[in-house]
Amino acid sequence: MPSSIAVTINGRPTEVSEGCTVAAAVMLTSGSCFRLSVTGQPRGPLCGMGVCFECRVTIDGQPQQRSCQTLCREGMCIVTACDTGN
Amino acid sequence: MTARFESRAGAELNASRHSFDVLILGAGPAGLAAACCAAESGQKVGVVDDNPDWGGQIWRRDRAKPSGKKASRWMERIRSIAFEFLPSTQIISQLHPGSLLAEQEGHPRELNYQQLIVATGARERFLPFPGWTLPNVMGAGGLQALVKGGLPIEGKRVAIAGTGPLLLAVAGYLHKQGADIRLIAEQTSKKLLWRFGMSLWKHPGKAIEATGLRLQLRQVPYRAGVWPIGAEGDKQLTSVTFTNGKTTWSMPCDYLACGFGLVPNTELPALLGCARTAKGVHVDEMQRSSVPAVYCAGETTGIGGLDLALIEGQIAGFAATGRDRKARALFPARKRAEAFARRLEEAFVLRDELRQLPVPETLVCRCEDVPFAKLKPYSSWTEAKLQTRCGMGTCQGRICGPATEFLFGWQLQSVRPPLFPTNLVNLAGVSPEPVDA
Repeated sequence: MPSSIAVTINGRPTEVSEGCTVAAAVMLTSGSCFRLSVTGQPRGPLCGMGVCFECRVTIDGQPQQRSCQTLCREGMCIVTACDTGN
Repeated sequence: MTARFESRAGAELNASRHSFDVLILGAGPAGLAAACCAAESGQKVGVVDDNPDWGGQIWRRDRAKPSGKKASRWMERIRSIAFEFLPSTQIISQLHPGSLLAEQEGHPRELNYQQLIVATGARERFLPFPGWTLPNVMGAGGLQALVKGGLPIEGKRVAIAGTGPLLLAVAGYLHKQGADIRLIAEQTSKKLLWRFGMSLWKHPGKAIEATGLRLQLRQVPYRAGVWPIGAEGDKQLTSVTFTNGKTTWSMPCDYLACGFGLVPNTELPALLGCARTAKGVHVDEMQRSSVPAVYCAGETTGIGGLDLALIEGQIAGFAATGRDRKARALFPARKRAEAFARRLEEAFVLRDELRQLPVPETLVCRCEDVPFAKLKPYSSWTEAKLQTRCGMGTCQGRICGPATEFLFGWQLQSVRPPLFPTNLVNLAGVSPEPVDA
């Protein structure tokens, strides 16, 4: 069993398994809306491989990070632009 | 403007410097096959990928658990060779021939090479239809990548749509993970699909693979000549409407995994000056591009699938280390793999009806939220960009470019640095923090 990693998503502490991407962790905890588009529409991951930039979130204070290309790390603090809950 | 920042970066670069005899961009099957062959020569080989680990899209999970004998053999071979791997690294621009500026986790890197092998792979082609921007409408490979990245899919209702063999591969994977796959909608006609199936006798390995997948998915409806015309939901997807050209029907689902084939990632080779054709980067028999010391292999040179990517990667790896005889020995295998690629291309050609999918309000450019109606009056990509900002957002046209190519026949023109958004300090080659050499 892979070891678990503690992260915080929109203020909620969450445990995910090692190797989990930030995108998967966000979908698990805060739902499918990751960001709001320039006209305010909800958006979530599309390409899953770092090309489309739809899955951008703030990671440890750094905005505009592609969550699909980032692995969860212990203590990571993730903030999305909208939280639809799960 | 561009020239100035490049020369400034070259002159004052404070980035950590890495030098290689052979530098390979992309750690998918083509790049790794190239690395294996190049490293055998004893030369110093570096492999760069923007993902946190090697494997690319296809071998993402094969590192830990190979999906078959062939993958397992390659994993062993890759682990046995000496090469330096730079993960989470993205190429930003060219400093000068033989030197690239990259960013690794926020820090600038200067990558120098004698020979360069570009194996940047492909991405999915997305076509706009009403509702395609809703959360939980994703690429077919996109959803697969998310599930490989830890998203639980067990019991979720998934519709898979679009075109090509990727749909079946994704369905097979998601099915194994416990997804409730409601439909696989293949847009190509039954006739073309049948003809393709019949041609597989020339490629027995492929025929076995396809039969295996179909058996595994025997309870999942796989329908040819069916495509999505709308995705519905308020804040996220709740249902998808399909058509077969005669009738339409809706189907409730949690995810729509939808991709209309693959598009080669040619932005980087284009920036280096490599000549391109409609299919991808133009290469000669040794996988050499039109730019000296720059080779290309895999999907970057035209969509051909895993086998062709592995062969092209090996040829490039041998050729870049001066072993032409070994490269030549692989030419017959490449020819066979190319024949299969041509069959795929003929079988999964996009139907005209897909051009009618967007309604005036349907967004085509998702970065700048540019609707179809706003683009229609223009006659070229450049004109549309200037007037509407289509293709000028964060993805730099990587998603809407191939869509407008199909919808309007627009050809994408020049590629300019930076290839990916980066901090200004990185463009100036100055790191905000001290970096290790």
